[in-house]
Amino acid sequence: MSIKDQKFFRILAVALLAMSVTMPAAQADDDDHDEKYGSENRGKPLQPAQTNARFQQECSSCHIAYAPGLLPAKSWRKMMAGLDRHFGSDASLDAEDSREITAFLVKNASNRWSAPTAPLRITDSNWFKRKHDDHEINPAVWKNPKVKSPANCSACHPQAERGDFNEHDIRMPR
Amino acid sequence: MRYLFRASSLALVAVAGLAVQPAFAETPGEIQASIQQEADGTPGFQEFSAARGEVFFRTKHANDWSCASCHSENPAAPGKHAKTGKAIDPLAPSANAERFTSPKKVAKWFRRNCNDVLDRVCTPQEKGDVLAYLLTVKK
Repeated sequence: MSIKDQKFFRILAVALLAMSVTMPAAQADDDDHDEKYGSENRGKPLQPAQTNARFQQECSSCHIAYAPGLLPAKSWRKMMAGLDRHFGSDASLDAEDSREITAFLVKNASNRWSAPTAPLRITDSNWFKRKHDDHEINPAVWKNPKVKSPANCSACHPQAERGDFNEHDIRMPR
Repeated sequence: MRYLFRASSLALVAVAGLAVQPAFAETPGEIQASIQQEADGTPGFQEFSAARGEVFFRTKHANDWSCASCHSENPAAPGKHAKTGKAIDPLAPSANAERFTSPKKVAKWFRRNCNDVLDRVCTPQEKGDVLAYLLTVKK
């Protein structure tokens, strides 16, 4: 056996050993992101191919129409039930619009993240905090008036309206 | 034959009538008329006044906001949401033909914004005054 082969088998052995140790955990959670983000997993928040005209119109009046995949169904139900006090503003809808938009949000909600507390703020999720902590982003960025608030996704993510938060597209405003 | 001709031309007129129907459900004048109807029955109602509407528009009310906080001091110019910073199209009909043409939208936004700015519903008098003011704003 050549030195090269010995090296290969040693690596193989270590890899097999590592697999045997990590396998049970990997089976319990089929995505290593689960561990990284606590029990949460944001899934892919891309806007669904078939959108809804009322959702588009109503939810983009005061902010971008946040993609339904950014929150679990429970959160959307809670959000839509409290629109008359929506983060300090009255965003109430008539019953018909509310029903149709709720159905659209729930149908396209994140199916990989179920938070029992039904958080209303996307920014309260562990994955959001992890991706936007001081280590990732200079705290001065948040003070930029062009950013204004962590809820203003499109300040740095130009494709946020589409639900596309690809890291390669990030442009921090100066 | 003559009858048939008349019937078909009538149908043509009807179809053409549908086609040229304006894109907007109502005019700001018609919206103002229905606010007037609502106001007529209320005690102490006075004729709508653009001057009073302008004061109302610029004054900060219960929640430290005025209409101008989001719609800008010049309603013919674009505004900006005071909280989110999102751009808002001009509010004055002279600068934005879509404004005050949908009764549903008018009702929705008066309900929401009066609640945010004044912590209560607006009276028909207040709504009519503001619309009277907005209709005097030139582009």
